[in-house]
Amino acid sequence: MSYCRQEGKDRIIFATKEDHETPSSAELVADDPDDPYEEQGLILPNGDINWNCPCLGGMASGPCGEQFKSAFSCFHYSTEEIKGSDCVDQFRAMQECMQKYPDLYPQEDENEEKSSKDLEAASVEASAAKEEKGSS
Amino acid sequence: MFRCRGALARALRPPPPRGRAQAGTLLQRWNVPPDLQLSRQVQTGVPGEKGSNKFFAFIVGLTTLGAGAYVYKTLKDNKERFTSRVSSITRPQDDESSAAGAHVKVPSHVPFLLIGGGTAAFAAARSIRARDPGARVLIVSEDPALPYMRPPLSKELWFSDDPNVTETLRFKQWNGKERSIYFQPPSFYVPVQDLPSVENGGVAVLCGKKVVHMDVRGNTVKLSDGTQITYDKCLIATGGTPRNLPAIERAGKDVQKRLTLFRKIEDFRNLEKISREVRSITIIGGGFLGSELACALGRRARTRGLEVIQLFPENGNMGKVLPEYLSNWTTEKVRREGVNVLPNAVVKSVSVSGNRLVIQLKDGRKVETDHIVAAVGLEPNVELAKSAGLEVDSDFGGFRVNAELQARSNIWVAGDAACFYDIKLGRRRVEHHDHAVVSGRLAGENMTGAAKPYWHQSMFWSDLGPNVGYEAIGLVDSSLPTVGVFAKATAKDTPKSATEQSGTGIRSESETEAEASEVHISQSSSPTPQVPKQGEDYGKGVIFYLRDKVVVGIVLWNIFNRMPIARKIIKDGEEHEDLNEVAKLFNIHED
Repeated sequence: MSYCRQEGKDRIIFATKEDHETPSSAELVADDPDDPYEEQGLILPNGDINWNCPCLGGMASGPCGEQFKSAFSCFHYSTEEIKGSDCVDQFRAMQECMQKYPDLYPQEDENEEKSSKDLEAASVEASAAKEEKGSS
Repeated sequence: MFRCRGALARALRPPPPRGRAQAGTLLQRWNVPPDLQLSRQVQTGVPGEKGSNKFFAFIVGLTTLGAGAYVYKTLKDNKERFTSRVSSITRPQDDESSAAGAHVKVPSHVPFLLIGGGTAAFAAARSIRARDPGARVLIVSEDPALPYMRPPLSKELWFSDDPNVTETLRFKQWNGKERSIYFQPPSFYVPVQDLPSVENGGVAVLCGKKVVHMDVRGNTVKLSDGTQITYDKCLIATGGTPRNLPAIERAGKDVQKRLTLFRKIEDFRNLEKISREVRSITIIGGGFLGSELACALGRRARTRGLEVIQLFPENGNMGKVLPEYLSNWTTEKVRREGVNVLPNAVVKSVSVSGNRLVIQLKDGRKVETDHIVAAVGLEPNVELAKSAGLEVDSDFGGFRVNAELQARSNIWVAGDAACFYDIKLGRRRVEHHDHAVVSGRLAGENMTGAAKPYWHQSMFWSDLGPNVGYEAIGLVDSSLPTVGVFAKATAKDTPKSATEQSGTGIRSESETEAEASEVHISQSSSPTPQVPKQGEDYGKGVIFYLRDKVVVGIVLWNIFNRMPIARKIIKDGEEHEDLNEVAKLFNIHED
């Protein structure tokens, strides 16, 4: 049994697992996905890319930020069958820039094998997710 | 420590020729998100994030280009934890006198001027650069170091096994992943004199210079060496200076030289050295910093025979934050970390006797020790208010700004020094790391035209040793009525196991930087129920702080990865009749 006690202005409740397994009756207010004040994800409601998304880390703001933005925008808006295949130049420029800053974008040999496995895993995952989620 | 000069030199060096392109880990320190928060946070329910995550994976499709893999790898790592990159940071330069920086040619005008080189300023710089392509941002910092994050100075750095930790300022997290406290290595920044001309703009840091005068009408600032800089938009992120006790200030030089006012990298280095040399250290102050340092030193106490004493006026550790029963429980935990805790202790005077310090308390007790660390609060740095004609808040201290962090037309304030209007919770001033990140980002957004109010609630956290940790959000003031809902803790509910399970990095990771990630919680069987033992009742749970029946603050006690739901409840601002029902939303019994 859950029980509680009061210590002055502070209330203390000890809740059992069973008690908390019953569904909560607390009501939460529905979120407005277009709320301009809310922190946005990577893609804004109008379809633009949110360069200030925390998820991008500092990619859009560092020395190679412009190249990154250009490459990623191209990819995002690409309508080719292989998405982004028309963005080779931008990605190349980004890569060249990143090579100038090995501190910030270190390149490691030993990760190459791992990352190619990751590539495959990601593509599989990505297509599965796309079906399930639709556009974000 | 990165001295600016060294940074400039490094940035100016031509890049070494590279061989073939490689798909590699983008070991970047972008993550260093100033937004350090909860690495353990799983972002649930944020629209678009989960999809974005998968979306990123598409980029990988560009198998012809290593660059695609860079981006992918970065974001895949983000999926699990944002920090997971080892940065091959170069050794810090030797200390050079800051006079070396004096010969740098400072631009006479910058579009974006950030006064202060801490977390809020860095977050703003990043935000400005993300939103304004080609922006030129100048950070002017009194500190000789490049921007870095503070939380590890009183936590993770003390737990490092590396004997060189005071040099490298890197630490290994529970999961083995390493990072530096610096947000970015020196190569990230543009040399100051190149700022006006560098293609695509950048962020430059002028270290070791203080802004001493601000002319708001002329949009000009003056530095300590007489240099003048005009700006279009300015951010004041001057932070604060540790307070001292009047009793100690009166005490004279012999006492002062055995005193640490802890805030910066230098203070960490000094204290670390002292902790190896003396027999007894006393920490005055029972709040976050004092308690964390006490626990960190307490751990050394056990291995090295160092005596660690902590004294403060309240009844228990975190007495101003946690309700009394929990504060008492916490105090016991701190004692178990090897600290001799003396609550209800008010310092009357401090003197030197023999080679030791003698602290005289008002109730007659005497404490003999070798060194004092004072963690008794922060005084916001508002010296510029006078020349700038800016308002200083008399209740909370700091520059008074509106809900959009604006003080005047082209002047914003963020971080510890900002007393701002929070639409949900009212006027306040917050001295936490994540707030510096959130407010810095917001200021950066508003400096580039966003006109958004403070909305995304920042959070904070503290660990008192590896077995007690909590995260909190909102107004967490022990004078408010509280309702605490607890379950019995098991071995699974500690900060250590939380990071191990989720594969996340250091606690000091920004929640706001993390994406929605599939956290792999181990499929263990539920813990066997145990009879609650006396004195062990508050293992894990959630505590609600109420103002007029509305939840304005929440502490997640030894439960992790639930911050989004806590944030939601505060945002809603609803009156809930039964808080046990609200507590159900947190699944406190689960791992």
